[in-house]
Amino acid sequence: MECFGSPGKEPYMNSVSEGKNGLSQSRAPVYEALQEYKSLRVVPFDVPGHKQGRGNPELTEFLGKDCLAVDVNSMKLLDNLCHPVSVIREAEELAAEAFGAAHAFFIVNGTTAAVQAMILSVVKPGEEIILPRNVHRSSIAALVLCGAVPVYVDPGVDKELGIPLGMSVSDVEKAILAHPEAKAVVVNNPTYYGVCSDLRAITELAHRHGMKVLADEAHGTHFYFSDKLPLSAMAAGADLAAVSMHKTGGSLTQSSFLLAGKNESEGHIRQILNLTQTTSASYLLMSSLDLSRRNLALNGVKIFDEVIRLADYGRDEINKLGGYYAYSKERTNGDTFFAFDTTKLSVFTRNIGLTGVEVYDLLRDEYGIQIEFGDLGNFLAVISVGDRERELERLVSALSEIKRRYSKDPYGLLDHEYIHPIVDMTPQSAFYADKISLPIAECAGRIAAESVMCYPPGIPIVAPGERITKEIIDYIIYAKNKGSFMTGTEDIAVNEICVVKGR
Amino acid sequence: MELWFTEEHTENVRFSIKVEKTLHTEQSEFQRIDVFESKEFGRCLTLDGLMMVTEKDEFIYHDMIVHVPMASNPGIQKVLVIGAGDGGAIRELTRYEGIAHIDLVEIDERVVAVSREFLPGLASKFDDPRVSMHFEDGLRFIRTCENEYDLIIVDSTDPFGPGEGLFTKEFYGNCYKALRENGILVNQHESPYYENDAKAMTRAHSRIAPFFPVCRVYQAHIPTYPSGHWLFGFASKGIDPIRDLDADAWNRLGLKTRYYNTDLHAGSFMLPNYVLELLEP
Repeated sequence: MECFGSPGKEPYMNSVSEGKNGLSQSRAPVYEALQEYKSLRVVPFDVPGHKQGRGNPELTEFLGKDCLAVDVNSMKLLDNLCHPVSVIREAEELAAEAFGAAHAFFIVNGTTAAVQAMILSVVKPGEEIILPRNVHRSSIAALVLCGAVPVYVDPGVDKELGIPLGMSVSDVEKAILAHPEAKAVVVNNPTYYGVCSDLRAITELAHRHGMKVLADEAHGTHFYFSDKLPLSAMAAGADLAAVSMHKTGGSLTQSSFLLAGKNESEGHIRQILNLTQTTSASYLLMSSLDLSRRNLALNGVKIFDEVIRLADYGRDEINKLGGYYAYSKERTNGDTFFAFDTTKLSVFTRNIGLTGVEVYDLLRDEYGIQIEFGDLGNFLAVISVGDRERELERLVSALSEIKRRYSKDPYGLLDHEYIHPIVDMTPQSAFYADKISLPIAECAGRIAAESVMCYPPGIPIVAPGERITKEIIDYIIYAKNKGSFMTGTEDIAVNEICVVKGR
Repeated sequence: MELWFTEEHTENVRFSIKVEKTLHTEQSEFQRIDVFESKEFGRCLTLDGLMMVTEKDEFIYHDMIVHVPMASNPGIQKVLVIGAGDGGAIRELTRYEGIAHIDLVEIDERVVAVSREFLPGLASKFDDPRVSMHFEDGLRFIRTCENEYDLIIVDSTDPFGPGEGLFTKEFYGNCYKALRENGILVNQHESPYYENDAKAMTRAHSRIAPFFPVCRVYQAHIPTYPSGHWLFGFASKGIDPIRDLDADAWNRLGLKTRYYNTDLHAGSFMLPNYVLELLEP
C-alpha cells in the first residue's frame, strides 16, 4: 500500500490512528477498489458504453487511458453511492473522521446538491428557515424545491469595501424570537469574500431555541485542517455542513462532502440525497474525494500553513503596490465580521478607479490570469493546495501593471449598498406562479419570479418572491454595464426578468 | 561504456553529446542542475535536462546578448541582468569600464554556486565590486524599479518552468517602467525553427512590441541550442540598434571578441524571410 506524507503526522482536528471501521487515514478505500478493479481486467458488458475508453478514442487520447479505465459504473466490488455498504461507506467514514463529523456523504452533484440536501432534510413546505440574504443561489433553489418560507437576516455591510458580511448574533436572535417556529438557521462559513460570522455563538443560540444550524462551507474546506483559520462548522457544533472539497481541497470539480453532526439521521439524509442525486455516481469524482481526503488528513496542516503563508505574502505585496487594498483580519469587528479566512486574497480596487470586474477582465484578457471573481469594488483570488510562489508573483506584477496602465479617477464609481429585500411571496409560490417576462427597466414594483445574479459569486440580487425596486434595477443595469456576467433569468441575454403576473 | 546526454529538441528530434563524466547533479528548490564533461563541448551545464551553456560555444551567446546593446548605446551605465546564473553575461559586461553598476537577479542561488565551482571560465566576475547579486524572482525584483536602468538583459531559460514569468506581458511592462529614457531591453528570444520554439518566440515578440517604440529581433548561430538558429530580442524606448550603432566608438574600446564585430552587428538584424513572416503582427 502506497502512502504519501510523513507517517505519524497528526492532523489538526482529528486523530489519524484508526477510524470506527478500523481503517487508518492513510487508506483510500474507493481508490484502492478501483486499483483492484483495474488489475482484475474485468470484461465490461455494463455501462458506461465507452467500455474503458475503447469506444471513444478521441476522448481517451484527450483524457488518458488510465482515466477512462476507471470511469465505471457501480458494481459489487465498487459499492453504490445510493446505498453504500462497502468501500464507499468506508471512505465516507474516513472522511467523517477527518472532518470531525458523525457522518460524511460523498456528493457528486456539486456542493449545490449538498446545500439542497441540508435544507430539504430539515424543512417541509410552509415551514420557516432563517438565512442570511447573501446565500448562494443553491439555497434559494432549495426553497423553490421544498416550499419553505425564508426569514432573511440582513448581513452586515462593510461600507468602505461595499461587501456584505456575516450575520450579527443579535440579528439572528431577533429573527429567532420573531419566528420561534423556524426550523433552522443557515450560516455562510465563510462568505465568498472570506468573512465569517460568530458561528459558535449562533449555533448555541439556535440550539437553545431548538433550531438546527446548517453551514454553507462551500468556501471553507480548509478550516478543518488548520488552527490558524476560522472555526469549522463541525467544531462549532453545527448540525450539517456542505463542504466544497473541490474548491480548496484538491478534488475534482463537482465533488463535495455533506457533513452531519451526531444528532442527524443518516438514513433520512440519504433519502433526501437520493431524491435528486444521480444514480450513476462518477468514480472519477469519488476517487478524487477519497484521495484528497487522505492527502488533507495526512498533510493538511502543513499544506494550509503554506497556503496561509502564500496568501499573506500576496496580500503584503499587493498592498505595497499602493492603490489596491488587500484586506485581512484588521477588518474584523467581533460580530458581523467575526473572523476572516486569510487564504482568500480579497482585494478592494475602487481607489485605482477600476471596478473589481474590470480588474478581473484585464487580468484574464491582458495577462492570461484567471481569478475567481470580481464585483463592483473587489476581486477575489483563491489560494489553495495547488499554488506556488511564482504564479503569485505573476498576479502581483500584473496588478502593478494594471495600476500603471489603466488606473483612473475613482469618481463616478457606484457606492454599492446592501439592498434590503422585500419578500412578498415564498420563492416556491413565486417561481410556480403565472408569470410574464418584462424588460428590466419596466419591472419596478413587480414581484420577481426568478433570480438575477452576477456569476460568480452567484448570490441573487433579487430572488423569486421579492419585490423589484428601482434600486435593484439600477444596480443590475450598472453591474451589466461594468461587465459583470449576469445569470439566473430565463432570458439568456438578461434583458428581461420574469415577474409574477398581475401583481 | 558509453554515456550520452540527450535533449529532445522536439518530440521527433534528439540532440546528443557524448559524456566523458558527470561532475555534478542536484535538485534545487527550482530545478534539476547537472554539469558534465564532454570531449566536443567541454563542460556543459543543463537545467531540467535542457542545455544552458557549454564551454565551447558559450562565447557566441554571451557576445551577442551583451555587445549588441552595449555597442548600440556606449553611454550605458546601469545594467540589470535577470537570470544568467552561469556568469557569462556578467563576465562580458564587466569588461566595459563605463558600466558603473550591475544588478544580477537570479532565482536559483544554486545555479550560481554550481557555476562558480564547475564553470570558472564563465563565473569569473561575480565578485567584481560593481556587481550586486539578488537571489529572487526577476518578476518580483523588477516590480518596484522605476526609471532606473539603461539596459536590462533577460538571460532566461525557456518559457516552461521557473523562467515562464520572464516571458509575460506583466514582466515586459515592468521592464519598460524600470528603464530610463534611453533604455534597452535585450532578451533570450527562443528559436524560429521548430514549431513550439517558434510559437514561444512569436508570443514573446507580440508581448514586447506594444510597450516599446523600437522592437527588433536579431540572430546568432548557437550549435547546442535547438536547430542552432537562435534569436535575441532588442527593444528600446528610442535607440535603434542599426542607426545608433557607433562602430568607431565601440572598436576604440579594443575589446577582443570571438564572435561579435560591428559588421556582424548590423548583419545580425537581417533576418530570413520565414522569420520576418513569423514576426509580422
